[in-house]
Amino acid sequence: MNFITILFYLFSFILISSALVVVSTRNSVHSVMFLILAFFNAAALFILLGAEFLAMLLIVVYVGAIAVLFLFVVMMLNVDASKIKAKINKHIPILLCFAAILFLEIFLILRVSTIYPYEKASLYPILANSNNVKTLGSILYTDFFLPFELAGGILFVAMIGAIVLTLSQRKRFIKKQKISDQVFRNKANSLEIVKVKIGEGINL
Amino acid sequence: MMEELTINHFFTLSLLLFIIGISGIFINRKNIISLLMSIELMLLSVNINFAAFSSFNQDLAGQVFAIFVLTVAGAEAAIGLAILVIYFHNRKTIEVSDISSMKG
Repeated sequence: MNFITILFYLFSFILISSALVVVSTRNSVHSVMFLILAFFNAAALFILLGAEFLAMLLIVVYVGAIAVLFLFVVMMLNVDASKIKAKINKHIPILLCFAAILFLEIFLILRVSTIYPYEKASLYPILANSNNVKTLGSILYTDFFLPFELAGGILFVAMIGAIVLTLSQRKRFIKKQKISDQVFRNKANSLEIVKVKIGEGINL
Repeated sequence: MMEELTINHFFTLSLLLFIIGISGIFINRKNIISLLMSIELMLLSVNINFAAFSSFNQDLAGQVFAIFVLTVAGAEAAIGLAILVIYFHNRKTIEVSDISSMKG
């Protein structure tokens, strides 16, 4: 049992336990915090695997953007958690049973099976003395250029969509002076004479 | 028993994480923010799987696909949370059981 294996068990233990807290806690803020912890540990596991760029991307994108977005929304909405937890799901034991069965099935297949269904021929080999970021970039900008551009398009559409959705209807258009409206304004369509009864108001 | 780090370690880890994510969807059916976080956990487990196979097969294509998964996860979180915000502004609640009348 070498040092790398010990590190793997440490990080994966924290990852699994924080994921369990994420799905089981009622408080949304705590849940987001443990999600951030889970992402940090996943980044550490990626570094163990030799995928440094992916690890840094995980920290920058997930922790820096997505988790903060979640936190922002949780705090902005200020949802009353007591209303949500009023009805407790009665099927939790059955669900956990199904989850355990699903896990055991795949796990036992993994343990028992000696057949490796994947080919070992690598199209984009990781060389022993190569720089992860450099080789990843040289693949991403040549062979995977079309998917890369499409990913950029997806992000652009998502950005526009999020802006359009959250922009409030009233402030969507900038208020500016319409000179024709001002010129065509006359007494008939702007003034109204109302008889106000004594002791009563009027409804505007 | 646990001498060297093999692909089975990472596969088991990602399997556990994926099943925690699925269970989270079924356990927290009332709170839609928890649902979105469970989906993020599942995408993370997929990413771990991609990176593990990439590393143990000495093939960089898996890491490239993990980057694309990350992109889709980011777009999904942004759009989902934006929909959540406008829904909350209209209805003052985000209970999933109430979201059955989204017409027009």
